[in-house]
Amino acid sequence: MAGLIFVWIFFSIFGHNAFLSLSGTKSYLQVASEIGILSIGVTLLMISGEFDLSIGSMIGFSSMSMTLLTIYTDISMPVAALLTLLIVLVLGFLNGLIVVKTGLPSFIITLGSLFIIRGITIGISKIMTGRTQIGGLETASGYNLMNLLFNNEAKIGGTTFPISILWWLVIGVVAFVFLNKTQIGNWIFATGASKETAALMGVPINKVKISLFILTSFCAWFIAMTQTTTYGGADVLRGEQKEFIAIIATVMGGTLLTGGYGSIIGTMIGALIFGMVRQGIIFAGADADWFQVFMGIMLIIAVLINGIFRKRYVTA
Amino acid sequence: MEYFEKDMLQPNNGNLQLTNIYKSFGSVTALNDVSLSTTPGKIHCILGDNGAGKSTLVNIMSGVISADKGDYLINGDKVNFSTPKQALNAGISTVYQNLAIIPMLSIYRNFFLGKEPIKNKYFKFIDKNFATGTTQKELAKFGITIDDIERPAGTLSGGQRQCLAIARSLYFGAKVLILDEPTSALGVKESTNVLNQLVMLKEKGINIILISHIIDHAYDVGDVFFILKMGRLEGSYNNDDISPKILRSILSK
Repeated sequence: MAGLIFVWIFFSIFGHNAFLSLSGTKSYLQVASEIGILSIGVTLLMISGEFDLSIGSMIGFSSMSMTLLTIYTDISMPVAALLTLLIVLVLGFLNGLIVVKTGLPSFIITLGSLFIIRGITIGISKIMTGRTQIGGLETASGYNLMNLLFNNEAKIGGTTFPISILWWLVIGVVAFVFLNKTQIGNWIFATGASKETAALMGVPINKVKISLFILTSFCAWFIAMTQTTTYGGADVLRGEQKEFIAIIATVMGGTLLTGGYGSIIGTMIGALIFGMVRQGIIFAGADADWFQVFMGIMLIIAVLINGIFRKRYVTA
Repeated sequence: MEYFEKDMLQPNNGNLQLTNIYKSFGSVTALNDVSLSTTPGKIHCILGDNGAGKSTLVNIMSGVISADKGDYLINGDKVNFSTPKQALNAGISTVYQNLAIIPMLSIYRNFFLGKEPIKNKYFKFIDKNFATGTTQKELAKFGITIDDIERPAGTLSGGQRQCLAIARSLYFGAKVLILDEPTSALGVKESTNVLNQLVMLKEKGINIILISHIIDHAYDVGDVFFILKMGRLEGSYNNDDISPKILRSILSK
């Protein structure tokens, strides 16, 4: 929270008036909302003690899968989106299944699926079209419905705010209630904090983990739908490195890399900081390359602070 | 208590009996023809050096693993547990030394972990008022008063954590309480307190099985002693028939 206020004041001073303006606000909220939706899934999974590095590839895959299905078959765009969702949820299920059955670190398993899914996306796209970018979805049947859901806008004070901001808030509130008020929320915390104890108390830890891998793949699909509808087409490289950015936003929000502790509100603030820094640097007139330096430093500071917190409880 | 009726399927008076149990892991025999009988209202101590087979025995009784051969009887009926949950539902609850509670989880969430009271059956909201109130009430029975029941359980002292785990077991209907080294990480005062609580529970008719390598603690409260050596039951003794000195000499022989 302090970080958020610091970043906001920092760019309010150095970002000239553009950062504070409505369109400036819109620009960082839009960036924050996309990474925010992805980070909410990542947060729940990380609290349960696992990682998913393949979500970036899943964004590229979902985007290309829906576009190819729409353009090369008779089915309409929303149906293609649902079919794609089905495939992506199965991919998430497989990630989870392999992790719990082998007992190997999810970091390694999903690093593997990161490359497999990205490779398949590029390969199929080249075989079918000979290209890695496909456009022209605007004229496809059912585009209007997709546009309504994922690319809607609301005019506030002369600036159009994208619907992704609203989705971000809705998903955030649902995830917050789910994590903090429900039985499964308690199971997620317990699984990440000590899976042995949780299992002894009758918590179905494997089911919890697999479900959360499916959830992160859903979040990746959701972002892919937003991007693909907005741009009217797909790019095989879409979503690259998004997995790392989602992890950064999550860790900046106070979630422990080792699991067992974290918060949705923290992650939403983390995503907001990400959006502000990303856009603020542009408004401040600095070269956007410096953004990476800034993010890297923020990440390391966040992990150090989280580490101090963890020590207080775990060694007690 | 209306939330948990379905979990208490079998009536259990707390008689737990093992007959001719064998268990091996590969070529290593962990338990070799072990038989023992435990009854409600007594504290039974299982004593043995490291590697004597205590942990294997606990794991069999608590449903983590099953025996290769031999019978496991509850109130005279043969049972075959394949998960800890089945054992729990039959009233056999195990409190492990290191795995009893989750330090990062709040006290009341630890208390109800895996059996959360539910307010709404569709969304499975936790009934927090019920959960916090019950946790406070149950801990008070052990002389522990905590104002902030939402703080992490890691902030409790070692003795309080043991009591939290024991209170939870009893609340969910444990008739047999298996305690794995409950005092080995505690100071003198806290050990004494935990041991006193065990005597109180025994007098209420709970069957207590205490696994320990601290002979003095065991002797202070134990009624029956089972001595394990290299996976075999070396002997069983009543408290009246043996002194700590002799117990120690048998164990270190």
